[in-house]
Amino acid sequence: MSSFDTGGEAASIVSVTDKVRPVSLGMAVTAVHYLGDRAAFVGTEESVAVVDTEGEISKVEVTSGGILSAVSDGSRILFGGDDGKVSSLDKAGHVSVLATDPKRRWIDNVAVHPDGAISWSVGKTAFVRAPKGEEKSLEVPSTAGGLAFAPKGLRLAIAHYNGATLWFPNMAGEPEFLGWAGSHHAVTFSPDNKFLVTAMHEPALHGWRLADSRHMRMTGYPSRVKSMSWGSGGRFLATSGADMVILWPFVGKDGPMGKEPAMLAPMKAKVTAVACHPKQDILACGYEDGTVLMVRMQDGAEILVRRNETPPVVALGWNAAGTWLAFSDESGEAGLLRL
Amino acid sequence: MSDASKTPVTVLTGYLGAGKTTLLNRILSEDHGKKYAVIVNEFGEIGIDNDLIVGADEEVFEMNNGCICCTVRGDLVRIISGLMRRKGKFDAIIVETTGLADPAPVAQTFFVDEDVQKNARLDAVVTVADAKWLSDRLKDAPEAKNQIAFADVIVLNKTDLVTKPELAEVEARIRAINPYARLHRTERCQIAISDVLERGAFDLDRILEIEPEFLNAGDDHDHHHHDHDHGHDHDHHHHHDHGLKHYHDEEMQSLSLRSDKPLDPSKFMPWLQNLVQTEGGRILRSKGILAFQDDDDRYVFQGVHMMLEGDHQRKWKPDEARQSRVVFIGRELPEAAIREGFERCIVT
Repeated sequence: MSSFDTGGEAASIVSVTDKVRPVSLGMAVTAVHYLGDRAAFVGTEESVAVVDTEGEISKVEVTSGGILSAVSDGSRILFGGDDGKVSSLDKAGHVSVLATDPKRRWIDNVAVHPDGAISWSVGKTAFVRAPKGEEKSLEVPSTAGGLAFAPKGLRLAIAHYNGATLWFPNMAGEPEFLGWAGSHHAVTFSPDNKFLVTAMHEPALHGWRLADSRHMRMTGYPSRVKSMSWGSGGRFLATSGADMVILWPFVGKDGPMGKEPAMLAPMKAKVTAVACHPKQDILACGYEDGTVLMVRMQDGAEILVRRNETPPVVALGWNAAGTWLAFSDESGEAGLLRL
Repeated sequence: MSDASKTPVTVLTGYLGAGKTTLLNRILSEDHGKKYAVIVNEFGEIGIDNDLIVGADEEVFEMNNGCICCTVRGDLVRIISGLMRRKGKFDAIIVETTGLADPAPVAQTFFVDEDVQKNARLDAVVTVADAKWLSDRLKDAPEAKNQIAFADVIVLNKTDLVTKPELAEVEARIRAINPYARLHRTERCQIAISDVLERGAFDLDRILEIEPEFLNAGDDHDHHHHDHDHGHDHDHHHHHDHGLKHYHDEEMQSLSLRSDKPLDPSKFMPWLQNLVQTEGGRILRSKGILAFQDDDDRYVFQGVHMMLEGDHQRKWKPDEARQSRVVFIGRELPEAAIREGFERCIVT
């Protein structure tokens, strides 16, 4: 088991707040994903606000109800709706409905594979559709809390109560079950495909080393982890949940076991969103008081991107080249920063 | 906990066939100008077209927090967080449980989940009971007893199917378990929606008011309704002039404590914490309004099994008696020890 104690002092701060282009989206927001160099802010219901580099907003309707989940592979965003539909928005702004639940049940989770396969879950059932259109489903013991594709091969992780199920949809044989008591929500594979990590209902992460299913407990958080981001080529997993960014080391064969995580950018408010830069050892983090910082991983040096005293920051995202950062608080007061 | 920005949630329980679905259909079809999101077990039983009806799975899991009876409804956590995406589209949430459900995990979800707590507040547990069959179910179905014990509001339905003496008997049996819930007699769940929904029952202001009719029985139940001889046959009952029977339920009881002298918070809080830690398995519900020494605020708390939440509620009004009242409902409560412990918290 690894854990951490919180503590530490805030350093003096360099500010780039005057370089941010503020954008008022006029709708509640849950996430942001870049499609090319346009930031797509995902609303709580119905719409996505696509914002170009000039700050011009165009709203696109992607569901007819609440948007329960949204993931992106960089070329399109996949949405799960409470209208029972899986839909997608591509770079050109086209919306397609990819699947419809016959009983109009909620699409709780979605996932997208780099080769074009998609996955979604409805209650206990996870579906995978290959790029050619072949569809398969798997029932897990309880409602799926999260879905993630492995970086290599067509393999899906489904988080649920008391563990996670690993499934190769194209292979015969029983799916593999990784057990750990409790309710598991978001799930993510390490980019090197060696570890699986879930965010639990209680304030903790749980991980498994895939080679031997060895457990990794990551505890010490004062509140639940809702945002996780792999940084520095997968050498670190940055997380929200504390009043600083918690950066678990995933170098070496044991992952974070027996190691202290790095603790960056301590503030008097909880971190609500993290996003690691796609190329450099930098991360962006947002806090519950509306602050956004950029932090250098090596030494924890901070740059102020947005001042506080607004609702919590819920959306943070980089474009693929790492030249633009987009963020929004939950009320839709957003901003774009060119690096 | 009475934060007006939080969405009120009504938990609707009741044994199989008591009339939950009838009540739900009435709530949804009546013209009351409000919109409800409804979390149901059985899709399709609701005959009303409403895009805010969500199917639930009643998935209960144990929290890894060392608290043995700390179970929560994971599906509710997920569904309420999903519903919050459409916050402006409804006024309140109704959670229907299955007839055999224990209400504890539902209620506990509102205590332990940080996101649920942030967005929603438990308004009341409403239990629909079948006037004809409840007395039998209280004997053979522990679930039915739990549902009565947990209730803030009891809708005693199908009263047209029983005689007056039968009705008096079932009411007395309900009161033996839970004298604090609001009780409404109905036929086919004909009841004013305002008697069921947005009761603010968990706001505690009204929670400790006992039905006037019950007090009129003149038996001073509130203080001493356990002080009679425990050696007697528990199915026996005494008739009062008012015709209200008084039963003693062997297994499930309520216990009420009162003090007109202030309490010492440095003694009361550790005592209460310790009590629910050690006896939380047996204590189903606890509620209280407290007058602490040197404190001009009313302190209110409520609990489900081992979980407690409490806060300074408001200033005592000048004309208000600064009386502390605490209620426990549970099974086989160690009454003498609880009374003794409470007495020690009173400033003398």
